[in-house]
Amino acid sequence: MRITQGTFSFLPELSDEQIKAQIEYALEQGWAVNVEYTDDPHPRNTYWEMWGLPMFDLRDPVGILEEVQDCREAHPNHYIRVSAFDSTRGWETVRLSFIVNRPEHEPGFRLMRQEVDGRKIRYTIESYAVTGKPEGERYGG
Amino acid sequence: MEAERRYSFGGRSGGDDPTEAPEQDATEEQPERVVPDDTPVDIEGAFRDSNVQEVLDKLDRELVGLAPIKTRIKETAALLLVDRVRTGVGLPAAVPSLHMSFTGNPGTGKTTVALRMAEILHRLEYIRKGHLVTVTRDQLVGQYIGHTAPKTKEVLKKAMGGVLFIDEAYYLHRPENERDYGSEAIETILQVMENQRDDIVVILAGYKDRMERFFENNPGMHSRIAHHLDFPDHTAGELLQIAGLMLEEQQYRFSPEAEAAFREYLDLRIERPNFSNARSVRNALDRARLRQANRLFDAGGRGLTRKDLMTIEPEDIRASRVFQDAASGTEETGTDIR
Repeated sequence: MRITQGTFSFLPELSDEQIKAQIEYALEQGWAVNVEYTDDPHPRNTYWEMWGLPMFDLRDPVGILEEVQDCREAHPNHYIRVSAFDSTRGWETVRLSFIVNRPEHEPGFRLMRQEVDGRKIRYTIESYAVTGKPEGERYGG
Repeated sequence: MEAERRYSFGGRSGGDDPTEAPEQDATEEQPERVVPDDTPVDIEGAFRDSNVQEVLDKLDRELVGLAPIKTRIKETAALLLVDRVRTGVGLPAAVPSLHMSFTGNPGTGKTTVALRMAEILHRLEYIRKGHLVTVTRDQLVGQYIGHTAPKTKEVLKKAMGGVLFIDEAYYLHRPENERDYGSEAIETILQVMENQRDDIVVILAGYKDRMERFFENNPGMHSRIAHHLDFPDHTAGELLQIAGLMLEEQQYRFSPEAEAAFREYLDLRIERPNFSNARSVRNALDRARLRQANRLFDAGGRGLTRKDLMTIEPEDIRASRVFQDAASGTEETGTDIR
């Protein structure tokens, strides 16, 4: 199951050219671009690991694309996303975030049912790949 | 699904894949187009479109003297322009290496020229953004093992698409300390200079003799820099012209006697140690303005006009210690010359 998150989640994977164009746009807006990775892609997991420091004061996307490439080499079986942070007062939030790398094999999530009082059922989802395995050993990586 | 993934994410697999080398791009753009040899080319049109003349004019206006430098810049601009026109008619144009070294005494305009250079290269679409990142050893070299490479890379990333100006580059190499981290920074920079010639232009600057020693010790650096520009010292006449420009910028002017006095001042000042060309002129003018303000203040503000506020009189300049020292014949080597 192909996990989708963030901006462009409805599109096929972006090519490096397209990623570069998006980063270019973010830089033009004056946003700081970060590269983050994780092997726990649960939609509620907002805390991904940062790859290096947030890249402030950059003018050209080439440097960031290089970081993405380095991160892909170091973590080929992790999810990697590029996010752009807008520090303008009033916004102070991530304005753009999209996935640029995903593991070879994504087993997806299963639906967990929990019977609670009064035959009520609570639902949650659980990743086949993540459950029961420590960080770094999920997704065969 | 898998095949699709490979296709879309594998866009930049190797990094140093030879087919992605920038030199090839120009020829691959029009692979099959045959352009006859007698196709007319419009160099003038291309020149006009690039708006380079504007920057060259600005350079001429802002920088007094420096004739050899200006010629060199014009030549570089011409080369890039011809390359661009060549690409337009299907001729191969190798991406020239434009890393430069600026040598010369302080205050001879190295930073200003670097700024204009970035602008010219940007207008000729040699670099994408045209900004100038000025750094010294502090920003490149780390404090402990493993600190230098990331620090240097950070700076290089900031300079991508523009010009990296390394001031006093010879400090990067400290031969007396073989465990100095400077060489690590040099290596990192060299790698980028070689592999990402279309992303970044590196300009090294510093005193001539020290830079020469630096290049002797770093032959790799020397061979990767194609353009060595030597900035000559300004003559007293040029410095006077520079002073005129600086004053004009700040809406001041010399009275005729003051100009003569300043001329004398320059002749004396050039002989003194720690003379740094245009920078010394700027400092001298700042001090003259200080004295002028004092003079006006002491005059009690009676009968002053707008003209008085703008004019620097000879006494503002003659009060300088340079004159007093010359009169008393003392040879002081202090840096604090008033």
